[in-house]
Amino acid sequence: MSEPDSYEDEDAVIETQLLPLDPWHRERGGRMVAFAGYWMPVQYEGIIAEHLWTRENAGLFDVSHMGQLEVSGEGAAAALEALLPGDITALKPGRLRYSLLLDENGGVLDDLMVTNRGEEIYVVVNGATKWDDIAHLREHLPDAITLNHLDEHGLLALQGPKAADALARLNLEPVAPGTPCLAELTFMQAGAFLWDGRPLWISRSGYTGEDGFEISVRGEHIEALANALCEQPEVKPIGLGARDSLRLEAGLPLYGHDLTPETDPVSAGLTFAVSKRRREEGGFAGAERVLDLLAGGTQSVRVGLALEGRQAAREGASVWSAGQQVGMVTSGGFSPTLQRPIAMAYVERPCAAEGASLEVEVRGKRLAASVVPMPFVPHRYYR
Amino acid sequence: MTRYFTQEHEWIEVNGEVGTVGITDYAQGQLGDITFVELPAEGATVGKGDSVSVVDSVKAASDVYSPVSGTVTEANPALADAPELVNSDAETGGWLFRVTLSDPAELEALMDEAAYKDFVAGL
Repeated sequence: MSEPDSYEDEDAVIETQLLPLDPWHRERGGRMVAFAGYWMPVQYEGIIAEHLWTRENAGLFDVSHMGQLEVSGEGAAAALEALLPGDITALKPGRLRYSLLLDENGGVLDDLMVTNRGEEIYVVVNGATKWDDIAHLREHLPDAITLNHLDEHGLLALQGPKAADALARLNLEPVAPGTPCLAELTFMQAGAFLWDGRPLWISRSGYTGEDGFEISVRGEHIEALANALCEQPEVKPIGLGARDSLRLEAGLPLYGHDLTPETDPVSAGLTFAVSKRRREEGGFAGAERVLDLLAGGTQSVRVGLALEGRQAAREGASVWSAGQQVGMVTSGGFSPTLQRPIAMAYVERPCAAEGASLEVEVRGKRLAASVVPMPFVPHRYYR
Repeated sequence: MTRYFTQEHEWIEVNGEVGTVGITDYAQGQLGDITFVELPAEGATVGKGDSVSVVDSVKAASDVYSPVSGTVTEANPALADAPELVNSDAETGGWLFRVTLSDPAELEALMDEAAYKDFVAGL
């Protein structure tokens, strides 16, 4: 039998680092793999069980490998707008939005979350790209803007329909009077809270399609917080494997796979991240090309595929229509919720309409597939 | 009946000229939840070390190599609807296929159960 190794870093060049919760994961039976430069749990009891638990209860994900950055100084939001296509200056305090770090050609360098924290802009970027992102930001932000890497903070995601019930039992207090309490936070809102005197930054957000929270916490408090959450009957720790299958079902792209410097926001179907004002005014990295693509359309587009049978198509599988290759799968796998294989693929526009019948080549065989809307499993955000 | 093991974590149980092949319990544990098994066709001629089957888990697809040369006589019909049998019963009901051995001498290069246990312990 050949080795399964899809979560391992193939090009890790530096020594794999330990996250603050490393021993905690191992004690709980986490199977650790090298991912984004860190040892991380790919699973505890099993990916399908963890996936379904999160969809029905609440899962705790350690995403401390992700980069947490603060951008501050006079005009920080406007400075970021030179690099991102989002309307950052219009972002109100306590609000966050999804955005894209673009290169000069409109290629996607990373996808990220941008929050207005009042004093500064808080940015969460992908783990595998954080060092490149930091270098890019340092190079392109004006000298008057300060970039601070919060490398002493960990990040936990609590996701699932019972996440709010579980978190409510920790009796968190809003730091600032007049800010929403935890129960009042709606999707893409955030605030500062105290847990037993310990500061947390909490946003109602996540990458599973479920209601849930992302909690930034100093490294010295993360174990106590993870324990307090896992003491709640709704909560179990969940590994990277289920994180991937959950985000796939939610139709959310994975950077490095569904998004790369060779993809652009329009082909990726992420035009919602190019704000109306920015479309009118331009002035962001890659604006010329992105605005051209918005006006003229792209050759290919990211679509959802539902495959017949049970065999999964994975990244790199070719997509065919009438004997011609018309695209490529960028991520795919077996959907535990739908009990069938699903995939994301970039497909030439004439073949990308909902309901189009295509074929995907897997290990020399052509499997029948059809274009279906994403998300594959409906989002259940708290709005 | 004698059971042999490969370094690639297949087992083969030989009864006369026919061997029943599967993946080991250790292997299924490494793969995690198995969602699909592609099996060789009845009558297919296979060579020792050929990739003859694919076990798809939520994580990845893995090749299964034939421990011996021969002709496939049967594939486990239960796996089409219940691939998870390979997780729950890897070394019994989760067998993959049966093969008529064309060169029983090939078995001599395989490990017995004790040797395989030592091999896994050293991984």
